[in-house]
Amino acid sequence: MSASLPVVQAERSHAERAALFLKDDARVHWHDQAVWFVRAKRDRAAGAVPEWERLRETAAAIKAHTQARLADYLEEFERNATAAGARVHWARDAAEHNAIVHGLLAERGVTRLVKSKSMLTEECHLNPYLEARGIEVTDTDLGERIVQLAKEPPSHIVLPAIHKKKEEIGELFHEKLGTPEGLSDPTRLTEAARAHLRARFLAAQAGLTGVNFAIAETGGFVVCTNEGNADMGTSLPPIHIACMGVEKVVPRLEDLAVFLRLLARSATGQPITSYTTHFLGPIRGGELHVVVVDNGRSAILRQPEYRRSLTCIRCAACMNTCPVFRRSGGYSYSYTIPGPIGVVLGTARDAAAHASLPFASSLCGSCDDVCPVKIPLHEQILTRRRDLARAGLQPTGKRLGMKVVGIVLRYRAVYLLAGAVARFLGRHLPRPVVYSRWNVWGRQRELPPMPRETFRALYRKEKEREHG
Amino acid sequence: MRVGLFIPCYVDQLYPRVGLATVRVLERLGVEVVYPEAQTCCGQPMANAGFAGDAAPLARRFVEVFRGFEHVVCPSGSCTSMVRNHYDALVPGLPGLEAVKGSTYELCEFITDVLKVGRLAGRYPRKVALHQSCHGLRELRLGSASERMEARYSKVASLLSSLEGIELVTLQRADECCGFGGTFAVVEEAVSCGMGRDRIADHLQAGAEVVTATDVSCLMHLDGLARRARQPLQFRHVAEVLAEAMA
Repeated sequence: MSASLPVVQAERSHAERAALFLKDDARVHWHDQAVWFVRAKRDRAAGAVPEWERLRETAAAIKAHTQARLADYLEEFERNATAAGARVHWARDAAEHNAIVHGLLAERGVTRLVKSKSMLTEECHLNPYLEARGIEVTDTDLGERIVQLAKEPPSHIVLPAIHKKKEEIGELFHEKLGTPEGLSDPTRLTEAARAHLRARFLAAQAGLTGVNFAIAETGGFVVCTNEGNADMGTSLPPIHIACMGVEKVVPRLEDLAVFLRLLARSATGQPITSYTTHFLGPIRGGELHVVVVDNGRSAILRQPEYRRSLTCIRCAACMNTCPVFRRSGGYSYSYTIPGPIGVVLGTARDAAAHASLPFASSLCGSCDDVCPVKIPLHEQILTRRRDLARAGLQPTGKRLGMKVVGIVLRYRAVYLLAGAVARFLGRHLPRPVVYSRWNVWGRQRELPPMPRETFRALYRKEKEREHG
Repeated sequence: MRVGLFIPCYVDQLYPRVGLATVRVLERLGVEVVYPEAQTCCGQPMANAGFAGDAAPLARRFVEVFRGFEHVVCPSGSCTSMVRNHYDALVPGLPGLEAVKGSTYELCEFITDVLKVGRLAGRYPRKVALHQSCHGLRELRLGSASERMEARYSKVASLLSSLEGIELVTLQRADECCGFGGTFAVVEEAVSCGMGRDRIADHLQAGAEVVTATDVSCLMHLDGLARRARQPLQFRHVAEVLAEAMA
């Protein structure tokens, strides 16, 4: 560690980006309410399952077991998937993943690809890679299509366009899809998107999907959507490419009885997604390719304190519940995945590049309790803060400040003197001095009234009076 | 029964009345209170900002000061959780640590779990909202968190609701964070204040006159925002509410 120099961050910190988002008070409240609505729906759906907490325990146990034998289960999956007629490809990192996908498409002369939602391809930046090589990529999930048309990244992993109001989508569709000006009725906008996407589906030469769960014992996998776009995109064109991270494998088919019950309820408050499609081998006359990607995952697996973050099933419940995410928006996070799980995964990938993210948390712990696989998110965020400090990746001012506070608090006499001076100044300095620019607390908040005496002084006096 | 009183540094310095109220409540319940003057701070500010090395000497000092007590009582869920749940990472295997972790209690859980007192004789005829401070709720499990699908309970609310005349109002969001979060309040000032204002709005729409909590740090943040906006809410630590009711 000592050999590597701390990287100076040129980009804005989470706090700075969040402050920009918070400038529009009405939009922040709207965003908070829209995302909280999903959390509330999740509460109702989860509350209707009497064994909810047992399901979470079981899911965490299955994931822990699978992690301990990950290589074995991946090989079992490969054997069974191959036997069922799929071809399995292994990618060490994003570059290999993109090259494999592009190779498959280029060899077959594919220039038009439809995609259903995949955070992995987002993580690997597959779309720009393919587009730069002459392939037209159409995201077919409605929210994904909206942000793709707007040339924006998703701001949320389940609700990629949650930051956009229907009026803004109406404007975008007017410009890109030719809907009537001023049209913002969600049903009619969706119909327009549907017609537009139908043409893309019919013209597509290949379909790409993500993978929610890959099953080792069968070699099959499951894709969950609400729009049926993964089904459309894999039934019409003859080539299906499915991209998955190594952590997506589960041992048995029956494990889905645990995960599918947790996933949709945690994500959107639905008992199950509208489409839960099981793929096993290619369609008649077609090809099925599964690209299994590491891209830093096995490095996280080697770190016991962060390992459990790899068990994430990408439900986004931690985002929906996070009071910071709801008020700072997905774009305030420097990593592809926002919210608590994004803080953990982003810093696991590159701690220096995302050094402000672990401080985008009040450590309230709501994420731990909402997580369907019980990832101790706020603990991992706290651990990351400590790792950043150890690696010299915390700001120097803060490091020195904390050192001084630590010393003051360690010596009782110094602590008492410092407290007395601070309280005296708080009582006697003129308000403009106390509330000058350096007082960040006081920008929007009053300081507490500074008492003349400490608890210990008052208590001692009281005891002296009692005892005469 | 004799207990060691653990008064967090910011309570000692900024909220002496909360410390005194804690003494009153405990003495009223027949407990002998001892306040070791050697105590300063549990180390949480440094520990939660990531500076475990600067927090460790304070953890060692804390264990030294309090290891002789059968019970240690603290008017803060957050500082109690620091000792119980986070000292292991700071001073692993320190002699006396296990005993101190097991003996340190937040005030309300000490009343309900150790003294086994479920109802308090007292009167508090006000409309009160309970702000469920996060570390008390989710790290000490002083109540059921809204995320978890389990039987609903709250040790703090059950004590409060036993007071005569009190009306506990219902919030729209039962246990959302107020946005204090230690250094978070300054590092993420904009988000922190946004969160706090939303909590205040919830308390106001619920018709609360008094907002209470197990942690005066949350209340310091909310009170600071409410006073700046001249909002008609009073903030009282739960020890103050209980002490006033039982006086």
